[in-house]
Amino acid sequence: MRPVLYVLSFLALIALGFWAYRENYTTQAALKEVQTLQRQIVGLREALALQRAEWAYLNRPDRLRELATANFDRLGLLPMEPGQFGTPNQIAYPRSAFPDIEMPVDIQGEQTVEEGL
Amino acid sequence: MRTPLRPLARILQAREDGLNPDSIEKENLRLRHDAMREKARGRAEFRLLILCASFVLAFGAIGARMGLMAAAVPMEPRTSAPGAEIIAQRADITDRNGRILATNMTTHALYAHPKVMVDPKGVAAKLEAIFPDLKASDLERRFTDGRSFVWIRKVLSPEQMQSVHDIGDPGLLFGPREMRLYPNGSLAAHVLGGTSFGAEGVHSAEVIGTAGVEKALDARLRDPAQGGKPLTLSIDLTIQSTVEEVLGAGMTMLNAKGAAAILMDVRTGEIVALASLPTFDPNDRPNPLVDKNAEPGDSPLFNRAVQGVYELGSTFKIFAAAQAMELGLLTPDSMVDANAPMRWGRHLIKEFEGKNYGPLLSVSDVIAKSSNVGTAHIALMIGPLRQQAFLKSLGFFDPTPLELIEAPGARPLIPKKWPEIVTITTSYGHGMSASPMHLAAAYAAIANGGVMIKPTLLKREGPTTGVRVMSEKTAFEAVKMLRRVVTEGTASLGEVPGYEVAGKTGTADKPKRSGGYYDDKVINTFASVFPASNPQYVLIVTLDEPTDTTMSEERRTAGWTAVPVAAEIIRRVAPLMGLRPKVEALSLEAAALDAVTAASN
Repeated sequence: MRPVLYVLSFLALIALGFWAYRENYTTQAALKEVQTLQRQIVGLREALALQRAEWAYLNRPDRLRELATANFDRLGLLPMEPGQFGTPNQIAYPRSAFPDIEMPVDIQGEQTVEEGL
Repeated sequence: MRTPLRPLARILQAREDGLNPDSIEKENLRLRHDAMREKARGRAEFRLLILCASFVLAFGAIGARMGLMAAAVPMEPRTSAPGAEIIAQRADITDRNGRILATNMTTHALYAHPKVMVDPKGVAAKLEAIFPDLKASDLERRFTDGRSFVWIRKVLSPEQMQSVHDIGDPGLLFGPREMRLYPNGSLAAHVLGGTSFGAEGVHSAEVIGTAGVEKALDARLRDPAQGGKPLTLSIDLTIQSTVEEVLGAGMTMLNAKGAAAILMDVRTGEIVALASLPTFDPNDRPNPLVDKNAEPGDSPLFNRAVQGVYELGSTFKIFAAAQAMELGLLTPDSMVDANAPMRWGRHLIKEFEGKNYGPLLSVSDVIAKSSNVGTAHIALMIGPLRQQAFLKSLGFFDPTPLELIEAPGARPLIPKKWPEIVTITTSYGHGMSASPMHLAAAYAAIANGGVMIKPTLLKREGPTTGVRVMSEKTAFEAVKMLRRVVTEGTASLGEVPGYEVAGKTGTADKPKRSGGYYDDKVINTFASVFPASNPQYVLIVTLDEPTDTTMSEERRTAGWTAVPVAAEIIRRVAPLMGLRPKVEALSLEAAALDAVTAASN
């Protein structure tokens, strides 16, 4: 009985050693991947911060004001005025019923066309 | 195998020889004990050895680990998984709607290792071509005088970095840098302040605040735990920009040297806009003045709204009126003596342009017509002690608690002694100086129903609490009086249809450095509250040395300078804040009043 136990525990030891060896290498690989990902995240975050800064820079009030002035012909934007507040009764009520459909439009096309992928 | 203590053969032999057999037993016992002792000692020695070895091993391991840790290059733990704080940098600053006011940008610093430089002379010449502000001769001298490290530039633009790359000298090296960026340029510059580099290394540099919020809240902004969370200010970018635009236009039109405006929410104490002109670009902060004779106000860095301690003039009159009503001495309709000029000791108290509104004037009219004499009589009824206590409760004796590094330094100038003549002059805002921010906080207390709240630059969630300084009724009456100033008093140009502006003008002569006052230099202030029926915002506009030259004569009273500017600000800003104009039937009277403007003190 005893020799069998010895052999079994020896085999278990070898198995555990092998398992530990493999775990070690998977851990190392995972850590390396995490590090790569973190580096990527840092890069992306920096890019994001830069784009946010760019967005803020492009939307700075001075520039928007100049653009509104330069494109006044097309946009006709003016500073907001107290007179621009509306009242609820200025809003048209929706029609009580939809009008009848008089001229049906086929939005699906006449026939299906086989297109080569 | 145990040896017997009394072996029979030896005992018999001893008996035959007539010896004592007991000695044999003793002898054997001794031998046995000796053997046992030897064995025990051996075992003990072995145990000690084991113990010793394990101690040596344990301490050796600890020692070796310590040595290793001390000698090795520090490394971040790889296993911990950081979240948002992967890049620990200075927190962003945003306005109340989350629009960016200050953020960071990664750039590079340029340094050199002259010892490994191939062609110092050529490098110096090429660097001069890229950076015109560097001189080739200086660079060459620094590259060749034997030092092994030279800083060249603190920050580079990507184009400049590429050009330096193209020189291709191994002695030119780049270090990463976090740079503070203010994308809106000079907008809200006095609030934000600025930053500079602190301790600098090759791999990174500290960014530290040098002024404004950046310095006052430096610890919060640099806290790595809150690096991912932006600091939200109470400033609204759109409103700030509108206020600066209108104020700038007003300042140019009125030839003023400087201007300041504060827009504050009366219930929360949040500063929605804070402008001071002339302004600067925090991305490229100018140097402070070094000339000793220069006035601090000459520098664009000077924040007039917070640091500018001025005599605020007649804007103070409402405090005397409010206190007299609070103490039950007067009602808005009580008549007070307003017979000008008034003589007090050797002082003569006059009205604007030597007018006389007397002999009697109601309290409400004293405020509407801005009568110095009437206010002086009200102040004398109150008395110096009560007047001081009231002004103290309104915060006029201490610096404002604003989150700006400049705020604690702006201490109001209080007369050392408080005789009755000081009571009189203080009641109409002379002899005592405070900043526009003080005035804003005090007017907010009147506007919100009598509660003194702390002005703040940080966004607040929900209402705030404060100390009650006057009853709701008094505050209501005071706002009503202020409203009359606009409808029929000195600030008639301040009427904005629909927004029921209430306010008080103030014109104070500028004190000379040598003592006395200038004749032609004034500080004009308009402290306003709107809408009067349910006050929500306080707007203070201060102009430094303005003159209105649109008419034949020059005018320097606040009614002609600060008031129209404030009215335009309200007209532009109120809709942006979602304040709906109140529709009121424009009576002919009001239209007529618009035309006739009694702009006085």
